Amino acid sequence: MNMRALSLPDSLVETLSRLTMRFNFLKGIKFGRAAVISVPTFWLALFFFIPFVVVFKISLAESEIAIPPYSSLWEWDAEEFYLEIKLTLGNYLYIFEDALYVEAYWSSAKIAAVSTLIALLVGFPMAYLIARSDPNKRTLLLALVVLPFWTSFLLRVYAWMGLLKKNGVVNEILMGLGITDSPIQMIQTDFAVYLGIVYTYLPFMILPLYTALEKLDGTLLEAAEDLGAKPYQTFFLVTLPLAIPGIIAGCLLVFIPAVGEFVIPALLGASDTLMIGRVLWDEFFLNRDWPMASAVAIVMLVILVLPIMLVRRNQDKETV
Amino acid sequence: MALSQVKSQESVMTSTKELPLWKQDGAVPFLRIEGVTKKFGEFTAVDNVSLDIYENELFCLLGGSGSGKSTLLRMLAGFEEPTSGRILIDGVDMAGMEPWKRPVNMMFQSYALFPHLNVFENIAFGLKREGVNKKEVKERVMKMLDLVQLSHLAKRKPNQLSGGQRQRVALARSLIKRPKLLLLDEPLGALDKKLREETQFELMNIQEELGVTFVVVTHDQEEAMTLATRIGVMNNGVVVQTDEPHDVYEYPNSKFVAEFIGSVNMFEGRVIEDEVDSVTIASKEAGCQLFVNHGINCSPDQKVNVAVRPEKIRITSEKPAQTANCVYGYVEDYAYMGNMSVYKVRLYSGKEVRVTQPNANRKSMERFTWDQEVYLSWDEESSVVLTS
Repeated sequence: MNMRALSLPDSLVETLSRLTMRFNFLKGIKFGRAAVISVPTFWLALFFFIPFVVVFKISLAESEIAIPPYSSLWEWDAEEFYLEIKLTLGNYLYIFEDALYVEAYWSSAKIAAVSTLIALLVGFPMAYLIARSDPNKRTLLLALVVLPFWTSFLLRVYAWMGLLKKNGVVNEILMGLGITDSPIQMIQTDFAVYLGIVYTYLPFMILPLYTALEKLDGTLLEAAEDLGAKPYQTFFLVTLPLAIPGIIAGCLLVFIPAVGEFVIPALLGASDTLMIGRVLWDEFFLNRDWPMASAVAIVMLVILVLPIMLVRRNQDKETV
Repeated sequence: MALSQVKSQESVMTSTKELPLWKQDGAVPFLRIEGVTKKFGEFTAVDNVSLDIYENELFCLLGGSGSGKSTLLRMLAGFEEPTSGRILIDGVDMAGMEPWKRPVNMMFQSYALFPHLNVFENIAFGLKREGVNKKEVKERVMKMLDLVQLSHLAKRKPNQLSGGQRQRVALARSLIKRPKLLLLDEPLGALDKKLREETQFELMNIQEELGVTFVVVTHDQEEAMTLATRIGVMNNGVVVQTDEPHDVYEYPNSKFVAEFIGSVNMFEGRVIEDEVDSVTIASKEAGCQLFVNHGINCSPDQKVNVAVRPEKIRITSEKPAQTANCVYGYVEDYAYMGNMSVYKVRLYSGKEVRVTQPNANRKSMERFTWDQEVYLSWDEESSVVLTS
């Protein structure tokens, strides 16, 4: 079981190194290996690590009405040979003092978790069917799963607004069929937020699940049946346990972006749908409190990274 | 090989005291395959196969790839439904019965061990599905682990085992439910030669101990010869011959069987004299008359093949007394293989004949070398006439 092939950076490195294996002249040359690994490393450093450090730095400053709108962390007086460092943890403390932030984190995690669960329940049968379908059709089916990405994410969310609004397509059809007399309030509800998140992130659930299920050896299922397992027992005792790497990968890929989601709750959700992405936006653009917004972002990152690291550590223990 | 053959036949003899079941009139077969056909679209994988397999038999289905042997096995396990025909196990018609309800277990060619379960859990899987209580599961699994000598590895995962160990786990897993009928798909295929030989004997011992009826699918004639009480040779979806290993080897009923099992020299010829208990055949390929001391069903002047096994041919430098069954040629190539020598002799008709000579004595054996002219001869009971 290759449990390690889960996390994105890892699988990226793996894919790249597999690609280079095909070019035999690189084989056995240390330089080639280093060059290959350096590309994603450089990418991560440039677009993740450095911005992260900048944000972390800002989160330790104080808000000021200036350009940029935060205090600098140190002042160097060259004449007196005097270095003054000013760091504040006030922003972080404030997050835990004001119930708004805690509630926003909690509600984001809840919405993301429920959406992830729904995506898993919807995505698993789809992935299973694709993995078990005729190999010639699989490519087409997978292409269909990815097809929505050909349209801008924002446009698709707007499309949902059109579908769900009071005199939108869905309500028109429901009333036309006589299922309901008056339009149902769908937009600006939690329902619309769940729908939007599940719809948007479903492919990220299906693809890793498909990879795990496609690798599943059919004779294992036959062996289980042969030993007296009924189909549902075969599913829960063989198929599901062997799909766990895919399930974990899919859930992480849906949960993580869903927690920080801003556009979907803003456009489809009610004004009281509290999500941390929205709080972050308000802090940054309305309050212009960059240090506070940075602290909110850092805390969110820690909240997301910790469980992933725990999962990874468990897996490492299992594989040893 | 010879030793184990004797052994397997002995075991059948002792367990039935007299004639083996398949030779007794009116014996009831344990597994009955009646006119079973399986088609995949236009392709006929198994073509009207009928077989009776008896209790405690170790029956080998022998055939090349695409001969339909695996499809037949999968129909017994319930993974495929016959297009037509019936399968009866212990008198019960298996039609429409799902795999998990059949009194049959299978050992898969790839072993199909569950990678997420350890050895103990793999073996216990079938028992747990039966609802056997925990204590009994533990007892029976431990006993089974003992039998296959893997007690010390109960906690290991399949990927931490060697090929031979995996194979034994797979065997244990398929035996734990005490099936009436055990199906084995190329059970020794993935093992190296030495391990195979050991396992063959182990398999036979287990079979004797537990009294299970085995149906083994294999493409390896040596494996079939060693293991089987009877062999069913399959070709293109049809069972072409069903016999005891000795008979399949010594009395093949067709050119295909003679050539598929062991190596053989085949002489083409025409029947010139057809008596009740003997046949004389004129063969241009052999360059002499061939005399066979068993009768056949044939018309005069019919084209037939005479098959002679390489080890039944004598090779001499002087002309033997007999006139029939004696051909003349020169040594084109030879190989010394330790226990025996193999000669390729080219006859003046252009025909190549393969001869093996056991190196029974260290010194006194006559040896032949390249281009040496030699006579090849064999006894009248050593060859077989094949009409098909």
